[in-house]
Amino acid sequence: MARIFAYIVHKGGVADDSAAELPVAAAKVDAAQPPTAIVTGWGADLDAVCDTLRATYAEVWKIAKEPLAYPNAELVRKALVSVLPQKSILLVPHAHFGVDLSPGLSIRMDASYVPDVMEIEGVDGTSLKLVRQEFGGQVSTHVRCDISAGAVINIRPGAFRPQEVASAGGQVVDKSGEVGNLTSRRRYLETIAAEAGDVDISKQQVLVSIGRGIQEQENIAIAEELAEALGAAVSCSRPVVDAKWLDKSRQVGSSGQTVRPKVYLACGISGSFQHLAGIKGNPFLVAINKNPKAPIFRVADVGVVADILEFLPELTTRVREERCVSGSERRRP
Amino acid sequence: MEILVCAKRVPDTSENEIELNSAGNDIERDELVYSVNEPDNYAVEEALQIVDRAGGHVTVVTVGGDEDEEILRREMAMGAHHGVLISDDAFSGSDGRGIAAILKAFVQTGHYDLILTGVQADDGCAQVGGMLAAMLDYPFASLVTSIEVLEGRKLKIGREIEGGSKEINAIDLPCVLSIQTGINEPRYVGMRGIRQVASVPIPTLGVPELGVDPETVGEAAAKVTRLDYFVPPAGRGAEMLQGSREETIDKLMDLLKAKGGLN
Repeated sequence: MARIFAYIVHKGGVADDSAAELPVAAAKVDAAQPPTAIVTGWGADLDAVCDTLRATYAEVWKIAKEPLAYPNAELVRKALVSVLPQKSILLVPHAHFGVDLSPGLSIRMDASYVPDVMEIEGVDGTSLKLVRQEFGGQVSTHVRCDISAGAVINIRPGAFRPQEVASAGGQVVDKSGEVGNLTSRRRYLETIAAEAGDVDISKQQVLVSIGRGIQEQENIAIAEELAEALGAAVSCSRPVVDAKWLDKSRQVGSSGQTVRPKVYLACGISGSFQHLAGIKGNPFLVAINKNPKAPIFRVADVGVVADILEFLPELTTRVREERCVSGSERRRP
Repeated sequence: MEILVCAKRVPDTSENEIELNSAGNDIERDELVYSVNEPDNYAVEEALQIVDRAGGHVTVVTVGGDEDEEILRREMAMGAHHGVLISDDAFSGSDGRGIAAILKAFVQTGHYDLILTGVQADDGCAQVGGMLAAMLDYPFASLVTSIEVLEGRKLKIGREIEGGSKEINAIDLPCVLSIQTGINEPRYVGMRGIRQVASVPIPTLGVPELGVDPETVGEAAAKVTRLDYFVPPAGRGAEMLQGSREETIDKLMDLLKAKGGLN
């Protein structure tokens, strides 16, 4: 079996959560072989990350180069090609950096590539059997991947639960010397932080969140009325922002805001993993969707199969009635 | 600027519920409505806007069969100048790497400054753009949400990263970019527009025209193969509220009150 590596994403001297998840995935490829961490970067941040990784990985390959201070995928790809042995299997977290890095890396390594892997079913000879999803999670598929010339496998964040392990007491191996001059025809300039919106959805207790099922811009009012009645705010999934019906600041998901409400009403939202990644703190999740097979029902606490354009106004009416009743009760002497 | 947009025809998930067929080895395709992959539409719109500002032409290419010609016509109705269908029995069953190799051969028949793809297809892997760039030795950037043309054959691009932040890069032409949805508002295409391009010839290119080695593409060369489709066990799953609408809302109200949903 070829050697297995885990690419470590890190920021500000701290490893991403995926650093603890990749060894679990690696063990499903080859339980006999602990994976080697591979970390690129520069300076004190890189050293701090390598040091913490010694608890999880028996061996940590460090590539310290000044141009790698920011993880420009074009440069990281060159660095990895320089150090990875032939036929290696490299696991990479499937987020914006992995999407940028991995397809081209697989070509440079002359290796196979499978993205967004949720489960690894094992190796049979030179083929690895994997599970992915298609159509926004509506269906899953088994994929066979020929690993005889190596493979780059992008692993879905959160799909492999990290295990409590005794400290690996790993050693850091400096591989910087094996990497030559790094230049690229793509140059990182700056990062522009998200603009703050009129409402900070990350601080709301209750969210009425709308997706493609809202259908038209005019129908946003239906969600706003329910939110007002509940004392909640309106948030949304990506298609609503793409259509410019709501501000980017209202988007929940890996490319939007991370929210921690007590109650989350997912209305006409199919439930892609990118959207679910933005919902933290285990809220009470209510899903309302007219498609009974929508993936959101697999993760929600409570589900209602209904067209939100009919259901939400009726719910709003009931919430308002409830307010009137409890309001008059309170006024009673 | 000469811009190539790689597009794909896919089952339209906003029009269909994707279900397994009775044999359980594929999705039920009989009544599926197909359309152009949504992010590809944004890529074509972006290409048209760049050409409006900087001059040049937009070519849309797809790898597939005769049925895929309809998406080329749709994108030509949006304003794309040329459509090209790449089709050959030798190409069927190609994996992402095979598709990228076919597109590489096509790119080398012309002179393109900029190659765009949609960020991902609903039935795809977000891989062909990055692979194509590596094969051509062009720089690549994914998840692009803004493009500005600079002097000296360069672009300033924004990439969508975590938490709504945007990563700004300068990138040299020629390059390959994968375009994220929301970068623009794709223009509407009416029946009239489609009719206007209905008789424009669309060339079909195959192995002889592209000079692709058939051994490197198609099913036999694929290193990654989809074996089946399945629906995973529901796991915990939601408690589905049943009954009349009124009963459903009663139950939901009780739950919302108990869980702090009425602020």
